[in-house]
Amino acid sequence: MCDLYAALSAAITCVFHSRLNEDNSVELLSGGDMIARALEDEGVEFIFGYPGGAVLHIYDSLFTSCKVPHILVRHEQAATHAADGYARATGKPGVVLVTSGPGATNAITGIATAYMDSIPMVVLSGQVASHLIGEDAFQETDMVGISRPIVKHSFMVKKAEDIPATLKKAFYLASTGRPGPVVVDLPKDITNPVDKYEYHYPKSVKLRSYAPASRGHSGQIKKAAQLLLEAKRPVIYSGGGVIQGNASGVLTELARELNYPVTNTLMGLGGYPGDDRQFLGMLGMHGFYEANNAMHQSDVILAVGARFDDRVTNTPNKFCPNAKIIHIDIDPASISKTIAADVPIVGPVDSVLTEMLALVRETRKADKSLPDTKALDHWWQQIDEWRDAHGLWTKPRFDTSTDLIKPQEVIDTLWRVTNGEAFVTSDVGQHQMFAAQYYRFKHPRRWINSGGLGTMGFGLPAAMGAKLAFPDSDVACITGEGSIQMNIQELSTCTQYNIPVKILNLFNGYLGMVKQWQDMQYEGRYAESTYEDSLPDFVKLAEAYGHVGVRVEKKADLEGALKEVMAMKDRLVFMDIHVDPHEHVYPMLVAPNGSMRDMWLSKTERT
Amino acid sequence: MRHIIAVLLENEPGALSRVVGLFSQRGYNIESLNVAPTEDETLSRLTLTTVGDDHKVEQITKHLNRLVDVVKLVDLTEGAHIEREMMLVKVRATGAQRAEIKRCTDIFRGQIVDVGPTVYTIQVTGTSDKLDSFLEAVGDAAILEVVRSGVSGIARGEKVLSL
Repeated sequence: MCDLYAALSAAITCVFHSRLNEDNSVELLSGGDMIARALEDEGVEFIFGYPGGAVLHIYDSLFTSCKVPHILVRHEQAATHAADGYARATGKPGVVLVTSGPGATNAITGIATAYMDSIPMVVLSGQVASHLIGEDAFQETDMVGISRPIVKHSFMVKKAEDIPATLKKAFYLASTGRPGPVVVDLPKDITNPVDKYEYHYPKSVKLRSYAPASRGHSGQIKKAAQLLLEAKRPVIYSGGGVIQGNASGVLTELARELNYPVTNTLMGLGGYPGDDRQFLGMLGMHGFYEANNAMHQSDVILAVGARFDDRVTNTPNKFCPNAKIIHIDIDPASISKTIAADVPIVGPVDSVLTEMLALVRETRKADKSLPDTKALDHWWQQIDEWRDAHGLWTKPRFDTSTDLIKPQEVIDTLWRVTNGEAFVTSDVGQHQMFAAQYYRFKHPRRWINSGGLGTMGFGLPAAMGAKLAFPDSDVACITGEGSIQMNIQELSTCTQYNIPVKILNLFNGYLGMVKQWQDMQYEGRYAESTYEDSLPDFVKLAEAYGHVGVRVEKKADLEGALKEVMAMKDRLVFMDIHVDPHEHVYPMLVAPNGSMRDMWLSKTERT
Repeated sequence: MRHIIAVLLENEPGALSRVVGLFSQRGYNIESLNVAPTEDETLSRLTLTTVGDDHKVEQITKHLNRLVDVVKLVDLTEGAHIEREMMLVKVRATGAQRAEIKRCTDIFRGQIVDVGPTVYTIQVTGTSDKLDSFLEAVGDAAILEVVRSGVSGIARGEKVLSL
């Protein structure tokens, strides 16, 4: 591990973009060498990948001349998720290298995951040699075609000379505007070690057809500030764009300046401090009672970097009937897509909010009556009533009298033990929702989950990416026995590179969220949502990979075990925590045809 | 409502498939599509017609603009414009019909571009409506084959779609 970080710091201190030989001639490099060098020059910290025929020249170049450490995963899907976890934790593009054919297709789920959540990623895929393309050659697949609907952009490089500029474009596209994955398909022949070319890595690139907005429209921002200040029942609804756009600081300032309530989407958690009084918790499908009600009853919604996803709005024509909507987003296509915005603002969220905050301060200086504090007091009173009635943090909303460990308690305990500072990744299902509800994220980029695509198998590789980026921080992967088995082979990668993440497997013996829907809508017919005693002994399995396994079955042992596990800083620990198999996630929006205030609050109680 | 969207596209392999893919992926409809290189060889011009309400067409133009290969676009139906479509029709033409079809072609200001003992091939240019009317006038019974170019269009006056 130490070697890894030494190599890493060497790689990022590299500042030369084209190197001159002693006689001042430009260095000549093969295609493969240019890829290796370009990744260094780009400041890439890790490559997540898996070798194969079409990328062997590239791997040889990495071996002989590249200082960027490569993490060999056990399945290409995990390479993309690990790069994705790295990208979410750091804000820098994750880098993936896979071979052609099955290597490329295995990466597809991870690319789609990154695309849905707008995560910067550059995927280098090998391709059969140019003269074989279209011949159904061994391990040939049309990667550019297959990935087309799930990438921000893609390139097939036809000439080795184009490699440096294409890679620069790929990194530029992936990380600017609304970020997303970019695929670069590399036919094997252009990476051959024999043909050499002059290497220049451009410092910047320009694309005539790509110009993301660099600031918002001042007139619109002014209109928005005015509307915001005149609100009687305001709510700030912020999403993943605030995290990706590094705007949580200014968002927090604005919310505090106005004393307005804030709710975050699943992707936006950590965008506003989770332990703050003004924070209403997550909104939407499994959002907080007070958050969903505040949205429904509001008169002005400030939507920032959020996209009015169907998991948030419930039935669109019943969405927040009295609200005027201000919508800030970097992507014009996200504005008025499902819900019409009254004041649309296209621009980077940080600069728009900064401008808006300045205007709000200026206006308040001139007119001290804004916002209407009486109305706002009344609004907070209402919100506090909702909180007292059904808020998840005011008191436990689950049965505390049973001996069974409740999944909510596991997350709550983890939150206390880690002081709310850990990086938490999750898979998909009930455990994901419990994590989102009960881990009160204080900072952005600490909550790493597959929100848009809902990819099971995301959690462990994503945790690897986050841990590699932040080796001194606690990284916990909250998962279930269903999800973890979708990428459990990565326990081996963690052994090879000593990546000491903590896995909290909320074992309930069912595909929990599937079971919950079957309980609620299919009269408890558990079609294929259980495993009939076929599950492995996860403790022994972890041990077989050389890790530590811990089983927790008693509530009394939970906190002590978690403290012990988190104290084992240099070991991967797999905690198999047996929880109540019949717990449901609440609140839950009533669908179809419900509004945001129509919720199930428990198995028997609804609004 | 029917919209004619003109797009300047990078003349790159795969660029067209991104545009077409976008329509199928998001459930939008393409009624006609026409694409060819322009005087600037790095650019293709693509004209497509689609049907949808304002919200849908706004989404279509936003999503098209989001494609990195799309350099510029305009919804021609938002202003005064000229639209043209070219059609070649092969019709059965024997006996008295030959003169009738010739007359009909003249009325529509078409041209007979190929003549055989029993067939005419006719070229007609105009708006899509005009081409529809011509086919109706000639009648299904006589028509052997129809090929239409799809709509291409340009704004009236001084407005231009260029870099």
